[in-house]
Amino acid sequence: MTTASPTDLCHAAALVRAREMSSVTLTTMCLDRIAARNDALRAFITVMGDQALADAKRADAEIADGHYRGALHGIPISIKDLVDIAGIPTTSGSAVTPRHPLHDAPVVRNLRRAGAVIVGKTNLHEFAYGTTSDETAFGAVRHPQDLSRSPGGSSGGAAVSVVEGMAFGALGTDTGGSIRIPAAACGIVGLKPTYGEVSCDEVVPLSVTLDHVGPLARTVRDCAVLFLGMRDGEIAAGAGAQAHGTAWLGIPRAYFFDKLDDDVREMFDRAQSALEKAGHSIGTVEIPLAERAPDVYLHIGLPESAWYHAPMLAAEGDKYSPGVRRRIELGRYVLAEDYLRAMHAREVLRRAVDKALEGLDALLLPTLPIGAPRIGDATVTVGSSEEPVRAMMLRLTQLFDITGHPAVALPCGEGRDGLPRSLQLVGHRGGTERLLDVAAAVEAQIAGGSGSVGGGVG
Amino acid sequence: MTVEAWLTSACADAERRGLPELKPLLESLARSMQALRDADEAFGHPAARPPDDAAPAA
Repeated sequence: MTTASPTDLCHAAALVRAREMSSVTLTTMCLDRIAARNDALRAFITVMGDQALADAKRADAEIADGHYRGALHGIPISIKDLVDIAGIPTTSGSAVTPRHPLHDAPVVRNLRRAGAVIVGKTNLHEFAYGTTSDETAFGAVRHPQDLSRSPGGSSGGAAVSVVEGMAFGALGTDTGGSIRIPAAACGIVGLKPTYGEVSCDEVVPLSVTLDHVGPLARTVRDCAVLFLGMRDGEIAAGAGAQAHGTAWLGIPRAYFFDKLDDDVREMFDRAQSALEKAGHSIGTVEIPLAERAPDVYLHIGLPESAWYHAPMLAAEGDKYSPGVRRRIELGRYVLAEDYLRAMHAREVLRRAVDKALEGLDALLLPTLPIGAPRIGDATVTVGSSEEPVRAMMLRLTQLFDITGHPAVALPCGEGRDGLPRSLQLVGHRGGTERLLDVAAAVEAQIAGGSGSVGGGVG
Repeated sequence: MTVEAWLTSACADAERRGLPELKPLLESLARSMQALRDADEAFGHPAARPPDDAAPAA
């Protein structure tokens, strides 16, 4: 068979369904890519080669018997190593003693029920507590385009697995932006669904009221298929994002555009122009008190992570990466009064985002204010000021973890450094599928069309 | 507990526990805590009063 390698998950699914390519062939392709590139990129902690090939053979047999389960059937995917898979250690990227689960997490069970083939578990910022994927017991994850740079995090290995063709989709988690940040840094699509929509059971928590599970993939349609598989365990024929019509979009200028690198600003402006030219209606909206989001985030996330880690810190505190341990220890000092203050503020912010969305399909803003940072850098230059990398990477995403609104990161071109830049769409709570439809329409206008700063498609 | 008193107490505790490296993080958290408390009125804290009204009656 001489069929060309599929470019994305939906393309692969079409080939499998038509029996032009087998799941075993797809899975072998992914395993070969892992074998070729994982030493350099450290995307995977555990490769499940034998099990994946056995699952792929089973999928091929089922499909040959006429039992096609939908667009994930026979498709190789990766799972962030924060999520339980029966019989495989859950390391959380840490030297701390791993979990040894006897059962799959419900989200993994759903993906298997939809027919997905799991090729392995991906590397991450230890316990998902960071945005650069360089504090991990399994070696820093590297950006595929520049090994000196971070792919973002905490789902850094998940993003790299997709970019490198090691998987056709990935499961990540997002507490302050950990799906959208690596998706943006690596130039792919990442979806944080509405809070609570995809099960977080048997997923090692970072912050129990902020954690979300969602997909990373090459396209919005791919993410839609993975989202349905994660949520429902089945994908009806024809389900997924539909790019139809034009949308009403609102740009929250205040706070979100105060600190952006020049390339992000330029790529965003080009994308906005392309969308307006295509007939989308775009205005400006306000989210009062958005500038307090980092304070609210800290006072919720810190104590919640300290609560979960307390027993492990007591037993194995010396096994944590120093930076991760410091952040967890910090959470022990947050007063109950200030935690409740932040939880009250959270409700106000939630209503503020709801109000900003009134009459709109989605909010439109950048995902990351910078391109992928260099591994080990604590600060980054943005305009004329030096800013902390961690604060910059969380700056535009964390509000929507606080409020629980669905948000998707989409590539919108490359900066002068050749690295991807990304925009973000935020939808109504409970409206993840509608948001994906809007994102598909936006993607159709800007995919490749915004080009690159300094000589791109323009 | 005031933010200032909290910071003094937290730094002393971190020192006692052999974690002096927490001090700059605690100082940063103190600034964030103050900013959050200062926003009580803006966030509609049910008992918040405007600054002029905050002093106890003589």
